[in-house]
Amino acid sequence: MLELALKGSPRYWGWLFFLAILIGAAFITYLYQFQIGLGITGMSRDVSWGLYIGQFTFLVGVAASAVTIVLPYYLHNYKKYGRIAVLGEFLAVPSILMCMLFIFVDLGQPMRVLNVLLHPTPNSIMFYDMIVLSGYLILNLLCGWVILMAEKKGAPPPKWIKPFLYIAICWAPSIHIVTAFLYQGLPGRDYWMTAIMAAKFLSSAFASGPSLLVILCMIVRKFTNFDPGKEAIQTLAKTAAYFLLVTIAFYLFEVFTAFYSGITSHQYSIIYLFKGLEGYSKLVPVMSICVLLAAIGLIILITPPLRKWEVTLAIGAASTFLCMWLEKGITLVVGGFIPNPFERVFEYWPTLPEAIITIGVWAVGFFVLTLLYKIASTVKEKAVFDKYGEKQIKVSV
Amino acid sequence: MSNINRREFLKILGIGAFIGLGGWSLFEVVGRGEIEAFVERYRKAPEALHAKRWAMVIDLKKLNPKIINDCTEACHRIHNVPKILNPKEEIKWIWEEKFKNAFPELKDEYMAPEIKNMSVLVLCNHCENPPCVRVCPTKATFKRKDGIVMMDMHRCIGCRFCMAGCPYGARSFNWRDPRQYVKNENPEFPFRMKGVVEKCTFCYERIDRGLPPACVEVSNGAIIYGDIADPNSEVRKVLSSNFAIRRKAKLGTKPSVYYLI
Repeated sequence: MLELALKGSPRYWGWLFFLAILIGAAFITYLYQFQIGLGITGMSRDVSWGLYIGQFTFLVGVAASAVTIVLPYYLHNYKKYGRIAVLGEFLAVPSILMCMLFIFVDLGQPMRVLNVLLHPTPNSIMFYDMIVLSGYLILNLLCGWVILMAEKKGAPPPKWIKPFLYIAICWAPSIHIVTAFLYQGLPGRDYWMTAIMAAKFLSSAFASGPSLLVILCMIVRKFTNFDPGKEAIQTLAKTAAYFLLVTIAFYLFEVFTAFYSGITSHQYSIIYLFKGLEGYSKLVPVMSICVLLAAIGLIILITPPLRKWEVTLAIGAASTFLCMWLEKGITLVVGGFIPNPFERVFEYWPTLPEAIITIGVWAVGFFVLTLLYKIASTVKEKAVFDKYGEKQIKVSV
Repeated sequence: MSNINRREFLKILGIGAFIGLGGWSLFEVVGRGEIEAFVERYRKAPEALHAKRWAMVIDLKKLNPKIINDCTEACHRIHNVPKILNPKEEIKWIWEEKFKNAFPELKDEYMAPEIKNMSVLVLCNHCENPPCVRVCPTKATFKRKDGIVMMDMHRCIGCRFCMAGCPYGARSFNWRDPRQYVKNENPEFPFRMKGVVEKCTFCYERIDRGLPPACVEVSNGAIIYGDIADPNSEVRKVLSSNFAIRRKAKLGTKPSVYYLI
């Protein structure tokens, strides 16, 4: 099936070439970081994790969100997701790949990364994160590939894949719960040390993932002959709407707990993010944009006419995705480190090399995503009809 | 064993011969004496100090700018701790903080300014229940039998999970090669490289040679140390007759560094 990725329009090749340039730039910048050390980033003694770990955290969620398609389809036989199940699975693959790359570029001694396997340490949550992430990568690649292969051959998928599908469904939440446990089990980091962290991680993942899939489905429909289906897109939008609502509620629960209890150490990070602390307010604009995007996303996604009109839907989905990205990808991690254990504020802002490397890792993800989606859409175009006998290509062509 | 076939038998024989010859040749090349000397190097010296759990008591009333300076200087000099002025990349094993920062949960708006701004020496607390050890994915940071929380800078992958885990800000990361920031190198203590975490190790290298921690030695009595599990030790006597506090005790980490105020 891989050969399907090798035939494409000049636009397809142009896009891949563009991504390759970004990857190349990031690679050269990474060599610089490898040479000098992580001192080239904005991270410090006090804010010792930054953009890299934030992206990792966010992308674990995007990967886990494949379950929002796979579960309704395989467990509840929701037929409209038959066409796009593979898009969910194939989104999870590059997401996990990016997660791993973000961990790798964040390591001070990347050449020693295999020490994690050499000296397995079951008391460290990182150990479990490694297991669940690699397992999830393999499961999604396997399920997506085998089922697409069957569609290509015009045959039903082999029976042996079924248990793997069910395992993948159970596995998906685990990757994000474990990632939340990295944070919520740390004493002395009040912003993170809350039992709702794992729940909020899942809900925000299930808002950001489907939002991204809405946009990806629209892109696929625009640039290929494969039509993911209007109804599938609408259901994704509804999923995103509910989980966005839940995420906002969870955040407000946090705010309530911190401020009604009056425990100041629980309030500092929230105050820092929304208002600034002791005159330091670098992340206030980020958080303000985040709130604004959440409002736009929420209004559009929960108002039926706005959700149904695809122009506004695209805006709503993009707002939701960006909002979650800002919250989890930047403010959650950095906010947890501020103030530091001495209750002093030491701020963080990513540097240019750090941003280039981050963009490069995203470009790797989009590169792999493009290849996988190219393969999937080509198979779908050739199959003409989906499993249920409905046309899955655009009628006009 | 009866169903071993010829092929497997030969395989086992071959592996056995290989290991046997290999082991023998190791003896040939290295020599018995050298192996013994090697083992001896890693045996604890007879003068090594022993404890069930090492602890430290810092008497804040006895601290003064000179003692604070001597302690940090001595520690950082003998451990080749780089002097980096940029606060973003600072590396410190023991340093001065104001009382209100070292004990933020105890600060009070009516607290006397001289207490609020009193100098406190802070360092790794060598917790009995250390979060850093719990989170480390490679066992690069671990607890010795005598309670010292150790750091294996050769195993550390630089993920900085321990820095997020430590509620005391006791850990520093080498954001770049530290060598250029060390003026007078102590050849007896290993250098670190970029990309690893480091911190106070309770002068394990001195304890194991029968010497007190460097900061204790130069503190002019402001810092005492000993076995907190031994009821007759000096630390226990001081703790039973004075009011002592520990940093962020409510977190359950059980720090081994006590402060008298």
